Amino acid sequence: MRYLVLLEATNPAGPPPPDLMAAIMKLGEEATAAGTLLDTAGLLPSAAGAKITVTGGELAATDGPFAETKEMISYALYEVGSREEAVEWTNRFMRLHRDLWEGWEGEARVLQVMTF
Amino acid sequence: MTATDPRRVVEAVYRIESARLVAGLARIVRDVGLAEELAQDALVVALERWPVDGVPEQPGAWLMATAKHRAVDVLRRQENYRRKLALFTREAEATDELAVDDHIGDDLLRLILTACHPSITPESQVALVLRTIGGLSTDQIARAFLTTEATVSQRVLRAKKALTGVRFELPGPDELPGRLAAALGTIYLIFNEGYAATAGDDWSRPQLCEEALRLGRILAGLLPGEAEVHGLVALMELQASRIPARTGPSGEPVLLPDQDRRRWDRLLVRRGLAALDRASALGTFGPYGLQAAIAACHARARTAGETDWGRIAALYRVLAHVAPSPVVELNRAVAVGQAESPAAGLAVVDALAATGALARYPHLPAVRGDLLERLGRRDEARSEFARAAALTRNERERQLFETRANSVAGRPAPWDGPGRE
Repeated sequence: MRYLVLLEATNPAGPPPPDLMAAIMKLGEEATAAGTLLDTAGLLPSAAGAKITVTGGELAATDGPFAETKEMISYALYEVGSREEAVEWTNRFMRLHRDLWEGWEGEARVLQVMTF
Repeated sequence: MTATDPRRVVEAVYRIESARLVAGLARIVRDVGLAEELAQDALVVALERWPVDGVPEQPGAWLMATAKHRAVDVLRRQENYRRKLALFTREAEATDELAVDDHIGDDLLRLILTACHPSITPESQVALVLRTIGGLSTDQIARAFLTTEATVSQRVLRAKKALTGVRFELPGPDELPGRLAAALGTIYLIFNEGYAATAGDDWSRPQLCEEALRLGRILAGLLPGEAEVHGLVALMELQASRIPARTGPSGEPVLLPDQDRRRWDRLLVRRGLAALDRASALGTFGPYGLQAAIAACHARARTAGETDWGRIAALYRVLAHVAPSPVVELNRAVAVGQAESPAAGLAVVDALAATGALARYPHLPAVRGDLLERLGRRDEARSEFARAAALTRNERERQLFETRANSVAGRPAPWDGPGRE
């Protein structure tokens, strides 16, 4: 089973603590070594992106940033035996943020990819 | 059932941790069978406690700590208590934080190679590997292999018995290639049972493929310098990439030439080709690398018509030299039948059939039937497909061969790559 984890968050001002970045790298290494993490990457702020909408039959492209309060921060693609496994890996990832970046708040969505 | 159902959380955490757990414990108690039992004990404790006390903050570390306590209890009860306790204390200090331990890679490699020890029968190796490294329950393994829990338990037991007296250590440089080949063979056996289900109603069982892929990726991480490990991973990723297209709307098999290639899993294709590049950068291809290179020819062709059959036939020729087998020869016949002519392919099959090999193998008459059909020898083709249908033990495959027998007409080759051993 494949799961896409999308992380949305409000980052406190300033760059992420180096400890957090190191811990995230290590967790990613672990999940890769376990044969479970297929792909992951961070996303630039939406100011660097764009949005294409269809409303009332009208196609429109708008430059970023988007008006949302939270930014999409990263994605991860896992191959696991159950939803609970994807949740457990995501718990570990979120716990690092909670413990290593004060004031950080965010939300990770664990979505099953249609496959096989 | 919710994302926080403790029972399911326990199972998930165990699946994530079991390999490290058993590997770390095996180092402490020097016995894979005992280590597996200790890990299972910890699992049972978790199943009792987590639903009551809640899931611990660090579930993996909790399992390890619990299992270590059990290890101490067991060692205490043993006669040579003193000597081993001294050993354990030393090991326990060294392995205090097993998750971040530098040795975990070695332990895990040791565990994989020990579980695939030549003194264990292949089916018991498969059961032990899936239990210890895969973290699957006996029931899950039984369902995947369409057998009973009792049978799987027996296989695990026999594996542990065979391991009595086998030291938990890495083989020396002389022994490593042979032991590694055994481990690769076991992983590919698991993959193939999922990919080309030999019996039962389903054409494939993707869960076993995913499990084998996971094992292969773990091993590739442990032995990044071994070309054949990357070769096997490449082969499995590329074959697995076709799974979504291998089955039609009502579960019927769809053969390679007829597959909708847009349904191939692009991510697995990319990963497979990348693994193949790694294998090729490390040196000459072995049997898995060669089969992966063949699978890559299919993966790179946007349509069946664009397939480079000449290269595939050449690769099969090398493979037949490196790892001769009747199945490889049969695959070569298919490739020659496409690259040169149906008559040339038929000559290869007939030479193979004359040796008496593969007499009960359904794909021999199926390949022959296809080549005969393309040569316009319809009556012979029909009886070959009927023979294939009579020989197969897979229900979906039987239906496929019967359909071919009933509708003999010009069609491309019914072959879905290598791997049916």
